[in-house]
Amino acid sequence: MVGYKVLPGPESYLPPPAALMGVDVPPEGKALVEGDVVREEEAMRKIAEKILAAKNPTVFPGPLVLWAHSETACRKAALVKRLASVAGMKIIPMPDYRPKYPMINPAVEINPNHPNLTIWHNKIDVCVFIGVHCHQANLALKLIRGGTDCYTIALCGEYGHEDAMITLRDVTTDKLDKLVKMVEKIK
Amino acid sequence: MNSINVRPPEYLLFEAKRETQFITGSEAVKEAVRRANIDMAISYPITPQSESMHLVGDLYAEGYIKDYFRGENEFAVMSEVSGASFGGVRVFTATCGPGTMRAFELFPMWAGARLPIVCAFMTRGVNAPLTIQPDNIEMGFLLETGLLMVFAETAQDIYDMLLASFMVAEEKDVHLPVGVFMDGFFITHTREQVRIISEDVCLPPYNPKTAPVAVMDMETPPFRLMRDPFVMKSNFVSYAAHASWQQEVRAAAVRSKKHFNKYLKSPLEIENPSAEIMIVAGGTAVSQAREAIVMTKEDGIDVGLVKLKLIRPFPSTELALACAGAKKIFIPEFNIAGWLAKEVASIIPDNSRIIGAPRVYGGMTMPPELIVETIKKNV
Repeated sequence: MVGYKVLPGPESYLPPPAALMGVDVPPEGKALVEGDVVREEEAMRKIAEKILAAKNPTVFPGPLVLWAHSETACRKAALVKRLASVAGMKIIPMPDYRPKYPMINPAVEINPNHPNLTIWHNKIDVCVFIGVHCHQANLALKLIRGGTDCYTIALCGEYGHEDAMITLRDVTTDKLDKLVKMVEKIK
Repeated sequence: MNSINVRPPEYLLFEAKRETQFITGSEAVKEAVRRANIDMAISYPITPQSESMHLVGDLYAEGYIKDYFRGENEFAVMSEVSGASFGGVRVFTATCGPGTMRAFELFPMWAGARLPIVCAFMTRGVNAPLTIQPDNIEMGFLLETGLLMVFAETAQDIYDMLLASFMVAEEKDVHLPVGVFMDGFFITHTREQVRIISEDVCLPPYNPKTAPVAVMDMETPPFRLMRDPFVMKSNFVSYAAHASWQQEVRAAAVRSKKHFNKYLKSPLEIENPSAEIMIVAGGTAVSQAREAIVMTKEDGIDVGLVKLKLIRPFPSTELALACAGAKKIFIPEFNIAGWLAKEVASIIPDNSRIIGAPRVYGGMTMPPELIVETIKKNV
C-alpha cells in the first residue's frame, strides 16, 4: 500500500478507495497532490497549471455553492464564475444527488452516481469539484478514476478528498480568491 | 438542572477534574449521556439493556435531553433514531441480543446513509431455548455492517468510550455510526469505581451543516435534497455507484482510526509485551485474563496481555506488532463462534500460533482458572 499514487485512470474495473491504500486526507494547512502531502501553495500552483494546460477544463459546482443559502455561498459562487472565466473553463452544475433515470442530460449536468457519462460526453480532461458534499464527491471521484482519464481536483470546505488527484482542504473564500489570482498570474 | 457549559471533548476526556463514584455500568451509561449534549434518545426495553435506557429517560425528565420516547420495538427504534439523525440531531439508543437481531437491517443502513448514531450494545445470548444471559455472539454478526465498534472492559470504559464515540462518529471525514459494546450483566449490573467529571459540563453540540452528506431538511436549501436509495437498475453504472458507495463507507472507517487514537489514546493496550505467551481479548474476558496472568505468574509462567478496545476498524497493524514476539496467542471469548479468534487469525502472520480458547457461552462465566488450565495444556 505504501506509495500508492492517485492518478488519472482508467485505473481498473473497480479501483480501491485511496484511504484503503494508505492515503489520508491532508493535515491542516496542507494539501494533497496525487496522494502526497504538499504545501498549499504548491498544490494551488499545480491546480493552475493543470487547468491552464487542459483542452476542456470544467468546473462542477455542487449544491453548497449553487444555492444562495448563505453569504459565503454567494461569494464562493461568484469566485467560481471568475475562476471559470479567467481559466476558460466550462461550468457544468451538480444540482442534485439523486440518480437521474432513465437518462441524464450529460451536456448540461453531472450527477455523483454516474459522473462518467458527463465526462465522456463532453470529453472533459480536467475537472474541479467545489460545493459538493464530501460523501457524494468521494463517490464520484472514485468512479471517475475507475472509468475515465480525467484529472480530478477537489476544492473542499472541510477536510479534503484523498480520492482526488489534487485536493485543497478548508477552502474559504479567501483561499479560493488566492487560487483565482494564481491562475490569473500564471496565465 | 443547573446551567451547563459546553467544553471541548479533550477537556471532558482528559483534563477535567474527576471524582470517583461507585456505580453500575448502566449508571455509567447514564452519566456519559448526561454530559454528551444529546438532542434525542429513543428506547425499547430488553434485558440486560433496559435499565440503561430507563436511566436515560430520567435524564430527559431532568432536562438533559430534548426529546425521549419508547419505540414500538427494536426495528422501530432503530428506524426512528435514523430519522432523527437524518434530520441532523445527536441521538442515542441501546439494545442487545435478540433486540439487535430484530433491528439488524437498520445497522448497515445507518452506515450507508452516513448517520453518526451512537448505540450501546449490552450483549446477551441469541439462541433457542431463550437465554437472557451474557454472550457476545451478536458482535460477530455485526462486524461487516459498517458500524464502528468499540469494546468496553469496565464501567469506566463505558463512560469514556461513549463520550469519545460521539466525537468520532461526527467527525467530518468519518460520519458513521458507532456501537459501544459491553458484556451484559457482567458490567451493566455490577458496581465498580468510575471516575467521572462534574455534571455542569458537556460536549460541544453536533453541527450537521458540516456533515459529508446533506441534512434532510425539507425547508432549507441547499439541503432540500433527499438521500434516496438508488433505483435498482440493472446496469453497470448503477452497480458501480453502489460499489463506490460501499467503498466510501469503508474508507470513512479507515479515517476514523486517527480520531479513535486521539480520543481512546490507542486502539489497544499492551501489558508485558516481551512475553512469549500472549492473551488477546476484549470486554470482560480482559478482566478474567488479568486474574489468570497473576495466577500463571505464581506458577512461573510469563504471560502478556493485549486488550482490544477497537474492533472496527480492526487495529491489524498494531496487533500484529504487539504479538510479533509471541510463540502462543490465546484468545478467550464469551461466544461459541470465536469471532475474535477468526479476526485475529485473518490478520496475524503465522496464525498457527493462535489458540482460540477458552470459550464459554450461554451465560457461563469464565473462571480465571479455566484460562490458566488452557494455557498450561498448550505450552
